[in-house]
Amino acid sequence: MRRVSRDQRTRVTLTLNGRKLSADAEPRLLLSDFLRHALGATGTHVGCEHGICGCCTVMIDGVAQRSCLTLAVQVEGREVQTVESLAAPDGTLNPLQQAFRNNHALQCGFCTPGILMSFTDYLARNPKPTTEEIRDVLSGHICRCTGYAGIVAAVEEVAKSVP
Amino acid sequence: MKPRPFDYAQPDTAEEAIALLAEYGDEARVLAGGQSLLPMLNLRLIDPQLLIDISRIKELDVIRDLGDKIEIGAAVTQNKLMAWPQLRQKLPLVAAALPYVGHFQTRNRGTVCGSIAHADPSSELPLALAVSGGEVVLSSARGTRILPASEFQQDMLTTAREADELVAAVRFPVAAGQGVGFHEVARRHGDFAIIAVAAAVENDKAIRVGVGGMAGRPMVRSINGNAGAAIGAVVGEWAEELEGYEDLQASAALRRDLFRNLGPHVIAAATKAARKGEA
Repeated sequence: MRRVSRDQRTRVTLTLNGRKLSADAEPRLLLSDFLRHALGATGTHVGCEHGICGCCTVMIDGVAQRSCLTLAVQVEGREVQTVESLAAPDGTLNPLQQAFRNNHALQCGFCTPGILMSFTDYLARNPKPTTEEIRDVLSGHICRCTGYAGIVAAVEEVAKSVP
Repeated sequence: MKPRPFDYAQPDTAEEAIALLAEYGDEARVLAGGQSLLPMLNLRLIDPQLLIDISRIKELDVIRDLGDKIEIGAAVTQNKLMAWPQLRQKLPLVAAALPYVGHFQTRNRGTVCGSIAHADPSSELPLALAVSGGEVVLSSARGTRILPASEFQQDMLTTAREADELVAAVRFPVAAGQGVGFHEVARRHGDFAIIAVAAAVENDKAIRVGVGGMAGRPMVRSINGNAGAAIGAVVGEWAEELEGYEDLQASAALRRDLFRNLGPHVIAAATKAARKGEA
């Protein structure tokens, strides 16, 4: 059984976007802060810190979830993917990101990393979702700029390109 | 906000988790999916000494078919149950309720048992458990006891769980082909319901109807499904009896009004589904 006391910092080792990394964390450290402050992966944004806004959504072992509702110590040995994993090393956007750009699915972009990770998971399970299904997944995110129409259009564009 | 400091334990077996609960009692909190617990920690509404993380205990991450009941272990997430191939056939009411539970992203992590143990008065899974006549399996170093939902659920965020007990599983009776209805009113899809109504047809006369968000716990009653237009009056009287309560989302009067209007629709949906099932 793994036990960590409140004032103890423990080594957490995970695979982040394909790279094996380690850093120290105390039990109360949230995964969102661990990613940003300990590992320097600042693509994941932090909004409400209680699971409502969705902008800190990342994938853990391929499953989209809130990094603000996960403790850093819980991802020991797991594979975490953040928005940094999406574009090619030369900066070429992946089809979902490109569709967001084509459809003006972002303005300030603060909420975008979480939305991209949600749909990366969801489209892998359901590559051709209906508009209703897209809106259902999107209900787990808050965007104050776009009015959501552009985001729905972007995901629809990706779905249409699936044979 | 960030949580206050706490100790963390990640037991490998249910037995180890139970031993920690025996030692720490109400100084400890069980962490399964954390979709209610982590917000409470982040907002500093609670300050436990120890978190017992059961999310990696394999023996608790199991959906078991017991023949007349389906047992769902404490580490089973809501989306795992939603993806269970036999769900729609064996537990139609749970299948109808699950899409209303939180969001895709929170269901990926939130557990079925956690939602029932948390006992928010308007949440969907406690309501489905109450209307189904399900039960809760409580394990402690003293042994295991099984309580019906009606005894387990007591009040707002309050259950019959003792401080040293683990909600190890919940059991829903198999209800193959049952006509069911479920609907709720929330400010935004996936938010906490203001009112949630569930209905399940028992036989050609009786329909079990439950409502969340009208009292401290889900309220259930059998209603004559053949009452036709009188069903509206029955629900209306029930709404007055329950009174409802006021919070930031809604007044008690609005809750009564929503229930009065939503109730008959959900009952009609269940009756219609039952007829479809027979045909």
